[in-house]
Amino acid sequence: MNYLSRRVLSTLILSTCIFGENPLKYAKPKLSDYGFFVGNMADHVPKAGVIPYDVSAQLFSDYALKSRFIVLPKGEKLDYQPDGTFDFPIGSTLIKTFYYPADFRQLTNNIRLIETRLLIHTPDGWLGFPYVWNEKQTEAVLEIAGERVESSFLNENGEQVSFNYSVPNFNQCKGCHVNQNKMIPIGPKVRLLNHDFYYQDGAMNQLEKWTALEMINGLPDLSSLPHTPDYSNLSDGSIAGRARSWIDINCAHCHRLGAPGETSGLLLNIEETNLTKLGVFKPPVAAGRGSGNRLHTIVPGKPNESIMIYRMESRDPGIMMPELGRKLVDKEGVELVRAWIKNMK
Amino acid sequence: MNHSVKTASTILFFISTLFSGNIEKELQTQFILAEPGDTVLIPEGFHSIKGTLSIEGKRNLVIRGVGMNKSILSFANQDEGAQGISITNSSNIILEDFSVRDSKGDAIKVQYVDGIVFRGVTAEWTGGPDPMNGAYGLYPVQCTNVLIEFSVAIGASDAGIYVGQSKDIVVRNSIAYHNVAGIEIENSINAEVYDNDAILNTGGILVFDLPDLVQKKGQNVHIYRNLIEENNIDNFAPPGNIVGKVLPGTGIMVLAAHNVHIYENTIRNNKSVGTGVVSYFITEEVLTDTSYNPYTSDIHIYQNSYEREIGLPTLNYEIGQLLAIKYGRTTPDIIYDGMQDPGVTSGLCIQNNTKADFTNLDIEHNFEKWYSPFISNFSEDKTIHSCQIQHSIASNSN
Repeated sequence: MNYLSRRVLSTLILSTCIFGENPLKYAKPKLSDYGFFVGNMADHVPKAGVIPYDVSAQLFSDYALKSRFIVLPKGEKLDYQPDGTFDFPIGSTLIKTFYYPADFRQLTNNIRLIETRLLIHTPDGWLGFPYVWNEKQTEAVLEIAGERVESSFLNENGEQVSFNYSVPNFNQCKGCHVNQNKMIPIGPKVRLLNHDFYYQDGAMNQLEKWTALEMINGLPDLSSLPHTPDYSNLSDGSIAGRARSWIDINCAHCHRLGAPGETSGLLLNIEETNLTKLGVFKPPVAAGRGSGNRLHTIVPGKPNESIMIYRMESRDPGIMMPELGRKLVDKEGVELVRAWIKNMK
Repeated sequence: MNHSVKTASTILFFISTLFSGNIEKELQTQFILAEPGDTVLIPEGFHSIKGTLSIEGKRNLVIRGVGMNKSILSFANQDEGAQGISITNSSNIILEDFSVRDSKGDAIKVQYVDGIVFRGVTAEWTGGPDPMNGAYGLYPVQCTNVLIEFSVAIGASDAGIYVGQSKDIVVRNSIAYHNVAGIEIENSINAEVYDNDAILNTGGILVFDLPDLVQKKGQNVHIYRNLIEENNIDNFAPPGNIVGKVLPGTGIMVLAAHNVHIYENTIRNNKSVGTGVVSYFITEEVLTDTSYNPYTSDIHIYQNSYEREIGLPTLNYEIGQLLAIKYGRTTPDIIYDGMQDPGVTSGLCIQNNTKADFTNLDIEHNFEKWYSPFISNFSEDKTIHSCQIQHSIASNSN
């Protein structure tokens, strides 16, 4: 055995000793170590094989804008599953950067990157790693215990919004991305990808593009595939459809069978049709003061008597829903769900 | 594992955190990096923690303080996360000798864990009973092999010690006071609750079965040798919560549960009801869960010692008022709503209790007549609830 291979082997053994079951063995200390981008890293110009995408409905994260990319191991593909998800090859990585413009009336000026989360499909399953950007915007460093970042921006009305942005810790990543004790990606599902994306060479349906790039096995005809409405787009379906889209992406990662919110019996995934499980006249379970003195999760026609609205409007950590990932209220989301409940008979 | 490497990395870690001085980040980092067999120490002192501490996907982990009054995690300034400590998807976790105080939501929530021990752990809201307190203190849910012992729960706005949708449970030698419910076993299978003190709560010990939950049909619950005394404080649960329906002055309440044995308890000076056995119908909630059984069945109450000072029951609740109208200052110890499950023959068995008066509200047939103090055709006859088996006088734990 030559010197170099001995060094590599001993390093491997050493790191297995130190880390054992611990997840750090799959993560690099700095975002630049991965080499996802060319040029100035903060500009997020992807190198070949790093494919940008977006989702039609996104989790509210204190109004942060998000930039997403997917990387598959060379020569490997996603396997389409009949339930509308994909099987990802080991080594797949999802990249998501959270950022704010200084002023939401000028979305592309004075951008500040806050954090980049990597979701890596390791031999031990999916793992999530948060990287926090430095002040100079030259590097992002792994912070497994999470971080608080003082943030502020001018909103669309020119009002100053200041708050403590919270970067989740390694465990909290799984808290959302969990299904039957395993971590899973949330965004890259057929129904959330099935719309046009503006690529450098023009607009194209993302599933079509990924097929053309030979990234997917076994995708059925596009016309047969579902589309989750963009809840922020007034012309993308009915109020009910958009409200269910908002609730699905913001609540159902926990509130569905196999995920922690199932404890309450409140199941909010977009496929759910049982009205009691969706909260209609359902008494709260384990809500404590989260009930806000209201008697049911949803009272049709009466958003102000519905616990769901109370918890969406709260910023108190013991009351608010979702429990994590926001310090602010999604005012537009609240209005949409209000309208849905108001229209309910 | 190479011991010296581990020691070196532990020391390095210790040094690095020593300088950071941020115990919250230090503990959270240790919880993430812990390996099987590790012990994470919570040092002596009063530690202010601002976000939920989470343990996820770990096995064989001990989290240990130096004493429940010495290692204190205070969440009074919490601005993030709904629990004090959250433990999920793990196995064989032992929590020992520390306190969690004033969390914004539940104090210690444990979900999807096989093998969880709380030993010498306190969950407390320090401002006394208050609807702004978190719902649950010690809170295992959807767990198996749960042991809670020598622990304390104070001030929860729902239940101090709450075990829900779990299996194979022991709660013993623990104390719960100033909670809405002292100890609650909900939708759970094989639970032994013994040698505890449930005192000065709204309700002492509750055994509930609720609809629309993942695990239903709780059974084989044994409540014995507990001291259940003076559970008379006002119900301070935020409205909407089922526990808000518990009558102040309740010793034990069995709601829609099945196969429950209550014996050898001392049930003393609970002003409204020593032991209540009621169906889900008393909640007056709409029921859509067709796989749910709203009745109680197979409930055994024997060899308990009842005692009650002369005095009025609570007058804040309708049932309390009715009891007062009917019985004045001597309400019965054991109260049954009379909603007999048409599908079973073994409803309620009452045997060999000391000084136990009984009433059957017979809600279905006679409840309206309760409004008249002159009609008295509800049953106080325990013989209709005679038992199919003779519970031995010297019965002990199973």
